[in-house]
Amino acid sequence: MTATAPVTEIETPAAAPSRRSAWRRNENVLIGTLSMLVFLALWELAVRAEAVNPLFTSSPSRIVAAAIEMFADGSIYGHLRVSAEEFFAGFLLAIVIGVPLGILMGWYSRVNAVLEPFVTALYATPRIALLPLVVIWFGIGLASKVAIVFLGAIFPILVNTITGVRTIDADFIKVGRSFGATDRQMFLTVALPSSVPMLLTGLRLGLGHALVGIVVGEMYGATQGLGYLIAVSGARFQTDRVMVGIILIAGLGVALTQLLRAIERRFERWRPDWRG
Amino acid sequence: MGVAPATKLDVRRLTLTHYNERSRQALPVLGGIDLSVAEGELVSIVGPSGCGKTTFLNAVDGLIKVSGGEVRVDGRLVDCPGPDRAFVFQHDSLFPWRTVVQNIVYGLELQRRLDRRAMRERAQALIELVGLADFEEHYPHELSGGMRQRVNIARALAVEPALLLLDEPFAALDAQTREFMQFELMKILARARTTALFITHQISEAIFLSTRIAVFSARPARIKEIVPVDLPPARTLDMKHTPEFVALERRIWRLIEEEAPRTGMVTAA
Repeated sequence: MTATAPVTEIETPAAAPSRRSAWRRNENVLIGTLSMLVFLALWELAVRAEAVNPLFTSSPSRIVAAAIEMFADGSIYGHLRVSAEEFFAGFLLAIVIGVPLGILMGWYSRVNAVLEPFVTALYATPRIALLPLVVIWFGIGLASKVAIVFLGAIFPILVNTITGVRTIDADFIKVGRSFGATDRQMFLTVALPSSVPMLLTGLRLGLGHALVGIVVGEMYGATQGLGYLIAVSGARFQTDRVMVGIILIAGLGVALTQLLRAIERRFERWRPDWRG
Repeated sequence: MGVAPATKLDVRRLTLTHYNERSRQALPVLGGIDLSVAEGELVSIVGPSGCGKTTFLNAVDGLIKVSGGEVRVDGRLVDCPGPDRAFVFQHDSLFPWRTVVQNIVYGLELQRRLDRRAMRERAQALIELVGLADFEEHYPHELSGGMRQRVNIARALAVEPALLLLDEPFAALDAQTREFMQFELMKILARARTTALFITHQISEAIFLSTRIAVFSARPARIKEIVPVDLPPARTLDMKHTPEFVALERRIWRLIEEEAPRTGMVTAA
């Protein structure tokens, strides 16, 4: 940005703010990192000074040690693999079913009329309440977890896609009609592209719900997985291992959210206030 | 006069009545409009606010069903939007996910009359016509209001309409840009040799651009008077200060003012 300052003999006022704002951006990152480090240091110190009981809080060094141990003896990989399988199977299924269904429900009011009561009822139901049913139907293996991840993720995806397709700017419809767009053309050139932002928002919200689904599903009945690790370690008061599980789930969530952000950026270069 | 130019648009006894479902009342909007526009003309429509100007333009585009009368473009009856007409909306309504070029070829894409290369070539020619060279790959949000309206106009011109319909295209622009765009539009339309109907609230804009001005009455709209603009065809913005121009402005203003009491509102300058 600073390189775009106009070449003039006097220092232009435009150059100064851009330099300052570049500094300010870095400043925020630096402050954030610093506050995180201070927090971790205080945590560690509090435990070492025996101000708090590590049984409850663990400590950064204990968590790191536990993580190293779990990666070294390979016990963590099974949990990671199982959770990842459940997540991807359930989330992809939710996308593959949710997006087309949402588009159909948004575009055809009859389809919407048929399905809307079910969607509304299920969307309002805490999906966790369905867990016992899901286990009865699918057992406690992979299938039940995929189902619960799917149930968590599909509704935000569905509802946002419907909204996206339905809330098209009336001006755009008028432009399409004025140029003689057929229904099909209207759908492809107006409805679909203008619903992309909402659709991606739905994916991002669905992602969060899918992660909740993994943990809850594995806590309810499982033999492996990050949720299982957290539950079992918690029951044994192995706070450091609980923390490792939490950090891995959170890391997975952050990484996938960033991935979706990257996809959004790819699709939304046209967005006026999109910040990279 | 010599040979009279061909009639592009012929509107006969056009009526339109809205029926309000809730109040169960019929609201006559257009009360029998007759208007014919010759090839190459630009006819402006002025009139009191809410008198049905936009409704009229929508009816000519075929966007809404009329209650009676008929609209013919090049002799063909209009009952739905067609490739012989193109609309320039008040809000630029460019698709934000399309670049300038992609927006301009939108109508051509729908009509599938040209292959990709021919579309691109025509878009390029229009981009130069409206003075947006080097902005081909920009997105609408990267353009100023005036530039967006140029794209809007280019998008309409791209389908080479027999008749261009402009609904207050400069209403959202600041005063300076507006004056500039009036001048630009005049040049663009002269070069593209397009026949146009132009709605505006600004009387000086109407005079500056038009060959004739249709003054609408209050609702239900009829044509109160058609005022010919006897100014030389090559116009400059300076002309707005000539006595002839100002006299014309006053005359049209008076015509609209006579209608103001009927709309129940006091129109102020």
